[in-house]
Amino acid sequence: MELIVEIVIAFFLVVSGIFGFTGSYGLIKLGDPMSRLHAPTKATTLGVGGLLLAAMASIYVFYEHVSLHELLITLFLFLAAPVTAHFIAKSHIHRHENAEDLPDPGDDPDWAVLHHDPEDVHRPSHGPED
Amino acid sequence: MILTYAIYFNFACFGAALLMTLAKVVSAQDIGDRILALDTMVINVIALLVLYGLMAGTAVYFEASMIIAMLGFVSTVAYARFILRGNIIE
Repeated sequence: MELIVEIVIAFFLVVSGIFGFTGSYGLIKLGDPMSRLHAPTKATTLGVGGLLLAAMASIYVFYEHVSLHELLITLFLFLAAPVTAHFIAKSHIHRHENAEDLPDPGDDPDWAVLHHDPEDVHRPSHGPED
Repeated sequence: MILTYAIYFNFACFGAALLMTLAKVVSAQDIGDRILALDTMVINVIALLVLYGLMAGTAVYFEASMIIAMLGFVSTVAYARFILRGNIIE
């Protein structure tokens, strides 16, 4: 019984390690900035999720109490990753894309990230790449 | 026994991942890439902390990794927002 539990936990650990490695390798390997956004925010988050599942299982089996901290961290990371990716994508559009190259925004008059309001003093104008 | 080797394997994976993100932070061409690399670095550090807690058999490191997760998220959003708006809290 002990051996089976150890094998299951070890399986979770190995899979999460491969996912975490793949995520960071994609960060340095992929060519396009928006492709690079794809690898760490999904693969690494999944890797940490698997690792935390393994930690939960091992605490439950070897120390015989249920620990919910790991679940909290997993939940937080899974909520935080899309928000992070969205913000980085927005900053990429803001700095590197022109309104003519982007797809049609549909019902809206223009892309909110590229919208320049003269009365908004906090907003820097969309200058050339630097 | 098998668990020990799995933990070592996972340490190696996330350690290599941390080194790759560090190289990316140093060599990134654009500020967006650098933010992304720093965010990935935070996630890898969380993984290493949880793994160390798993190996040492204590629950102390989970609180630490929770705090690092929150701070990493807030700092990433603040950094991206600074680029977008030139200001963090308006």
